[in-house]
Amino acid sequence: MKPFDYVEIRVPAKPQYVSVARLTISGLANRIGFTYDDIEDLKIAASEAITNAVQHAYADNEEGEVVIGCALYDEKIEIMVADHGKSFDFEETKAKVGPYHDLEEGSFLREGGLGLYLIETLMDEVKVHHQEGVTVFMTKHVRVEQVDENVEHVPS
Amino acid sequence: MNISVELQTIAELHIKGLIGGEIDAFTAPILREKLAEVTLQDNIHVELNLQDVSYMDSTGLGVFVGFYKSVIAANGHMELTGLSSRLKRLFDITGLVEIMDIQARDEEVKIDETV
Repeated sequence: MKPFDYVEIRVPAKPQYVSVARLTISGLANRIGFTYDDIEDLKIAASEAITNAVQHAYADNEEGEVVIGCALYDEKIEIMVADHGKSFDFEETKAKVGPYHDLEEGSFLREGGLGLYLIETLMDEVKVHHQEGVTVFMTKHVRVEQVDENVEHVPS
Repeated sequence: MNISVELQTIAELHIKGLIGGEIDAFTAPILREKLAEVTLQDNIHVELNLQDVSYMDSTGLGVFVGFYKSVIAANGHMELTGLSSRLKRLFDITGLVEIMDIQARDEEVKIDETV
């Protein structure tokens, strides 16, 4: 027997389907026993990856599909989001993303680039492969107790 | 899936907005268009209540950052109120809470020292 169940979701690369995929992932995560907060984190991280894929397909006027593969283990979920559109440079984008530090002037605020930062913050492991487009792999483990180890606390 | 945005002028230079539903790649452009309808006069105060927002991701953060920038450019003030702890967390981990005026729901109300 395979160590995991595999569920694949294919949706048109259009923004109106991001929520459909998100709700499906929420249902799958619920099956494994994630806490409410972890499911909400998964919904955001998956949506960020799918939104990235949709926006790249849109930028190229492609009528593509986004493929979302979910591997369900006893104590973790792996989610793979693949676009087959144009690649974004992960390292370059990654260098630009991150929390807003020392930005007193509103004019310096960036509007984009937060998506990747949120994926990295909300998931336990994130990998990105460039092969015929971009594939984002992300993993989240089921936690018995609520631990905020991945949360960066910003003193206010 | 939907979003609702209701904007109301409650006094001169004071606008209140009530936002509800889910803010994602599909609905964020609708929110952005609605907020663009606000006439940004000098010293305007815009209060946006997010108590009925059940989901939001970076697309929503992007809209609020963009709107914040235009309000600041008009010497105005933008306030986000009624945030659930989930929503507040997004502003915390992105560091936006340090820049914007953000009020969580009663359970963890931040004390506003400027009052």
